[in-house]
Amino acid sequence: MKIQQNYKLTTVSATANNNYLWDKLKKRAMSVQELEKIFQHKVDQEIKIEPKDWMPDAYRKTLVRQISQHAHSEIVGMLPEGNWISRAPSLKRKAILLAKVQDEAGHGLYLYSAVETLGTTRNQTIEDLHSGKAKYSSIFNYPTLTWADIGAIGWLVDGAAILNQVMLCRASYGPYARAMVRICKEESFHQRQGFEILLVLSKGSPEQRAMCQDAINRWWWPSLMMFGPKDGESTHSDQSMTWKIKRKSNDELRQQFVDMIVEQAKILNVTLPDPALKWNAERGHYDFGEIDWVEFWNVVKGNGPCNKQRLEARRKAWTEGAWVRDAAAAHAEKRKARQQDKAA
Amino acid sequence: MNIRITRYYYGDIPEEKGGGAGASADTAADWPLWEVFIRSKQGLDHKHVGSLQAADAKMAIENARDVYTRRSEGISIWVVESKYIHASNPDDAGAFYEPANDKVYRHPTFYDLPDELKHM
Ligand SMILES: [Fe+2]
Ligand SMILES: [Fe+2]
Repeated sequence: MKIQQNYKLTTVSATANNNYLWDKLKKRAMSVQELEKIFQHKVDQEIKIEPKDWMPDAYRKTLVRQISQHAHSEIVGMLPEGNWISRAPSLKRKAILLAKVQDEAGHGLYLYSAVETLGTTRNQTIEDLHSGKAKYSSIFNYPTLTWADIGAIGWLVDGAAILNQVMLCRASYGPYARAMVRICKEESFHQRQGFEILLVLSKGSPEQRAMCQDAINRWWWPSLMMFGPKDGESTHSDQSMTWKIKRKSNDELRQQFVDMIVEQAKILNVTLPDPALKWNAERGHYDFGEIDWVEFWNVVKGNGPCNKQRLEARRKAWTEGAWVRDAAAAHAEKRKARQQDKAA
Repeated sequence: MNIRITRYYYGDIPEEKGGGAGASADTAADWPLWEVFIRSKQGLDHKHVGSLQAADAKMAIENARDVYTRRSEGISIWVVESKYIHASNPDDAGAFYEPANDKVYRHPTFYDLPDELKHM
């Protein structure tokens, strides 16, 4: 019997057969190299890697490092902003800031859950932050000195984070990509509320305008540093691109950020603290000055203005919250026992 | 023109006495992990949205509300402890789903019918 096959169906079953062949091969005790080849083939074909799929150890390790670092950044990032919740200038601003900081806590949770799917316990991940073994984004080691800083953080810091996170929505690891999609949906309000804070200040009294400019002056360079070392000096970049964890280089993202912010700054009527900032018609991008890499590495290594304080705040919250966690566990036990009694 | 900006150092500048005498390597084990399913509106299925830790089901539902429905994404929440979920093995996927692969006649597009035929 001759079967006329629909084109689409043929393709579908061809891939399915392919998978089948792979599995058969796998049963014959495949070597790591063979498994790696299959893994990379999947990644190249834009097939997402899911928790129970085989993956190279180094891929798992890279993900655990990157996602937990990302999770810690969301959580530690709550501190400089949380500092202003009680001091925000109006009830409206308090409510907005509270909602934003609450979102960041949620982002931390989505990401901690993604790390858990890779086989690392939550306690271990958090312990690595507290012991100083794990890093978080250096930007949060700078202090928030005026109300305008909250505007600058929303506009510049969340703005920079969004560019990175939009890219990560297409990361090859399924749980990470899905967490990013959720996060990106929530992020855009963060940047907009920050810009609005600055917009109001930029139309205010001379003091308010100066405060707005001052905050931007202080946050501009640390924001550019958020994209990490230059392409040539970034250790994990090439491998992450091959694995499609990242899809753009640090410098590409940084350029994208500069081009975007320069235009938005015009609306605020503020300047960016970089004399080298200039449109380059040939490149079709803005040129900008060199980042102070000494400062960058200094803050990464723990010597930023607030590194010590941030970690202490996290440790303190963890230690002081211990009784709440214990009480909740005890309460759950008691309730379970009561239910069992009733059933008996 | 002289403009004075007041910078507030309270709270957000390193202090010598920062508190937090080093967290202990932790005593209690992690709370159990729960998978969260949310019905976004009446008439739709509950859909898996993620997971979270909680001491018990009540807390899991409350946390799920706080984490996954902050922007009215749901009208109903299911939680189930992750350890109760049984899953098929991705390594067996090929053989496991193989029986369906050659049954192209299960799809409507398999049947080559005249173009004049409408509404079918
Ligand atoms: Fe966030
Ligand atoms: Fe944010």
